[in-house]
Amino acid sequence: MRLEPRENVSLALKALGPILAIAVAMGFCSLLIIWSGASPMEAWGLLLKGSLGSTFALTETLTRATPLIFTGLAAAIAFRAKLWNIGGEGQLYAGACIATWLGTGMLDLPVWLMVPVLFLAGALAGGLLLLGPTLLKTKLSVDEVVTTLLLNFIVLLFVNWLVFGPWKDPMAMGWPQAAPVVDSAELGQMVAKTRLHWGFVIALACAVGAWALMRFTTWGFEIRAVGHNQQASRFAGIPVNAAIVRTALISGGLAGFAGVAELCGLKGYLTLDLSPGFGYSGIVVAMLAALHPLGVVISAIFVAIVSIGADSMSRSLNISNYIADVATAAALLAVLVSMLVSRYRIRWR
Amino acid sequence: MDILNFLLETGFWLATVRMATPLVFGTLGELICERAGVLNLGIEGIMAAGCMSGWMWVYMGGSLWGGVMFAALVGATFGLLHAAFTVHLGLSQHVTGLGITMLASACSSFVFRMLLPKATTPPKIIPFENINIPGLSDLPFVGPVFFQQSPMTVLAIVAVIVVSYVLYRTPAGLALRMTGENPMAVESQGLSVFSIRTWAVVSGSALMAVGGAFLTLSAFDAYYIGMVNGRGWICIALVVFASWRPGKALLGATLFAAFDAVQMRVQQQAAMAIPYQFYLMMPYVFSIVALIIMSRRAAYPKALLVPFRKGER
Repeated sequence: MRLEPRENVSLALKALGPILAIAVAMGFCSLLIIWSGASPMEAWGLLLKGSLGSTFALTETLTRATPLIFTGLAAAIAFRAKLWNIGGEGQLYAGACIATWLGTGMLDLPVWLMVPVLFLAGALAGGLLLLGPTLLKTKLSVDEVVTTLLLNFIVLLFVNWLVFGPWKDPMAMGWPQAAPVVDSAELGQMVAKTRLHWGFVIALACAVGAWALMRFTTWGFEIRAVGHNQQASRFAGIPVNAAIVRTALISGGLAGFAGVAELCGLKGYLTLDLSPGFGYSGIVVAMLAALHPLGVVISAIFVAIVSIGADSMSRSLNISNYIADVATAAALLAVLVSMLVSRYRIRWR
Repeated sequence: MDILNFLLETGFWLATVRMATPLVFGTLGELICERAGVLNLGIEGIMAAGCMSGWMWVYMGGSLWGGVMFAALVGATFGLLHAAFTVHLGLSQHVTGLGITMLASACSSFVFRMLLPKATTPPKIIPFENINIPGLSDLPFVGPVFFQQSPMTVLAIVAVIVVSYVLYRTPAGLALRMTGENPMAVESQGLSVFSIRTWAVVSGSALMAVGGAFLTLSAFDAYYIGMVNGRGWICIALVVFASWRPGKALLGATLFAAFDAVQMRVQQQAAMAIPYQFYLMMPYVFSIVALIIMSRRAAYPKALLVPFRKGER
């Protein structure tokens, strides 16, 4: 078997790849659904109905997509520079922690100032958390995959200590959670009587911003160049280490945004289940989008459809809701292959 | 220091050996993959798959060793998937590995829930009994620590010896090490980089899964979702710590487990002085510190992460 690069890839082929990949992932999950004794067609129908079938379902899906856009952008930008940031989960919680610290009475600001301040502080926390592993990578060549990953566990244990210890809200009936953020820190509903909050719009703005940054600015060019070929970039006079550090701050900052948005837009208080692994799903989102910032929005919505829809489908058909995780993981692997196949032709010999 | 008295207790050393065993399997498995030039971030999921499948085999009426074999087979299957993606298609090893971890963990949880939908309290099996060698096992202190362990611990030590021997004393081991350093040279010897890497990832993944199976077949008697709990990631740090050498992997895993056992005991004795979450952080902090210390002389296999394509330089 060998791979030959295709000369010119048609748009149809590029679009067909992800669709075929998702079909393969669906096929695999259909087998699991059949095994559990349900009809796949019914199951997929229920999945779509549960995620897009009503205004409520749709807003739930967009609510779920919001943190995924942030963490997806965080992964996409870092991966573009070949900075393997697997620490989105920890950076998300770092952002949420700072926002809790400042937003539960520490600061008393009008709402138009409070929210931006919390977002900036959260981004700073997330960015700084990624800065450590990044400097270890550039200065001592310590593999950032392992360090960012291990930091996730450390941050989660830290949050565990906070919500069981010093930050435990005495008004929470014994639940391990911090005090709720003040009213001026709340993001507010976008659609009345739903959980969809203005964080979604902020996420969209970030996606456009990230796209513009990568496409039109010197910073973006440097990030892409460093990711493409570090040695050539260094030779061309690009300050490689500075570009990587900048990437880290932007990437960690976006993951920090996710934490602030979930805290101020949805939950209102810090808990251990603020994120059911958004940091890790962000990696899937980024890969499905082929690391394109605008594509991240679409793939985040796709992943949200799968998880919200699968939740509702598994409830009505009594299938374990781990089917959503299986579906996203299978989609990730299938899309990776399809992206390769659209660039290369596989010759069997 | 009475706080350090436990160093003289057999219980402490028993715990150390028990906690080291899954790490030895996992580190050894990852080491084989990386020596051939393939990073396997699927380890956390593959260990979970081994954990669940080994347990399920025994729960369904199979034998304990059958469970170990089955876990190895399941691990090898996921390894084959990883090899197909990274070795043959040359996809990003980081992303594929994470994908394998997600897929393997999700499938394990799904299959467990599927086969045992009603289980609220985790059902139990009868795990491996410790070996008892008359005479040797009865020696004070030395006996229990060295001769009253799970047979899977013995298997782990045998695995270290076998892997060391194969890596450094056989032509196959030489080819494997060379594949991680200079695949072009391997190809020019008429050997196939593709098949060497595939075998390395498949057998390494099988070992990882056996490490997972130790958790359910020897250390505990039930399966819980999320029971691997980061051990796989620790193994990846341990491979760097061990500078890609099997003997040092055994040493590193034991040191790490001893450290973990110490923190458990200090935590009991110095109750409440420091919140328990900070003790639980220590293994991860220790891993990061170990990575920083070892990074100065870390000699990564030169072809690690580099996909090999025939005819390309």
